[in-house]
Amino acid sequence: MELVLFYISSAVALFATIFALTRTNAAHALIYLIVSLLAVAVIFFLLGAPFAAALEIVIYAGAIMVLFVFVIMMLNLGEEGEERERQRMHPAVWIGPSLLSAILLIEMILMLSQLDDRHTGALITAKQVGLTLFGPYVLAVEIASMLLLAGLVGAYHVGRRFRLSEPDNSSPSSTEGDS
Amino acid sequence: MEGVVIPLNHVLIVAALLFITGLAGLMFRRNVIFILMALEVMLNSAGLAFVAAGTAWAEADGQVIFMLILAVAAAEVSVGLGLVLQIQRRFKTLDMDAARRLQG
Repeated sequence: MELVLFYISSAVALFATIFALTRTNAAHALIYLIVSLLAVAVIFFLLGAPFAAALEIVIYAGAIMVLFVFVIMMLNLGEEGEERERQRMHPAVWIGPSLLSAILLIEMILMLSQLDDRHTGALITAKQVGLTLFGPYVLAVEIASMLLLAGLVGAYHVGRRFRLSEPDNSSPSSTEGDS
Repeated sequence: MEGVVIPLNHVLIVAALLFITGLAGLMFRRNVIFILMALEVMLNSAGLAFVAAGTAWAEADGQVIFMLILAVAAAEVSVGLGLVLQIQRRFKTLDMDAARRLQG
């Protein structure tokens, strides 16, 4: 029964991802991507990783997708951008990359099918994850915090609204962060 | 609830399918927002492989690495979306071909 649920949510994740990456409208693609992330969260839950499933929904489908939504709303993409995207989608553009990645996929499936039969199914609780995270991996937590700080400073600097030609020596109100 | 007994290679094949979809999308899309979405899909599929391997060996390390991948994805997407805003302001388009030169 639960095995069927796994295959159904895998199919939903795969098709939602394919639809997300072939849309012309960015907002529609975002909704499909959220469906794909929710399906992957269901897979995490079935695998016995409920903490990872919760993080997937809260951080991926929540925080990161909201960031995408804000940027798409700020950019205010019009009809002409969508029309240009539609012209870009003719088969000569996507047949080459799809063929090459399909070859890589076939190789990967052949290699994975020779794996010894190991099965998932161990339940790993949030307590075990926390003990491992702040035990042997505490240095990785510190490095991740520094990475997030660098991302914060980088996003503030890059998203600034600076003048194109003249050097910006006017009032500091022209430097507003976006994310 | 205990985890469901699923063959590990089936889960890894699903992760491979998602990764390949993201890779193909990364190669054939020109719009910067879609390129960032494809990168998110690829990072997510790598996380799926880590979590599946973690539950197959009954170790918590897989989910720890998944959380680190989550931190990397959040940092990458915040800087990437800042760059999207700058590209839109300077070139009035989201096409990657317009942003070919760094000092555009």
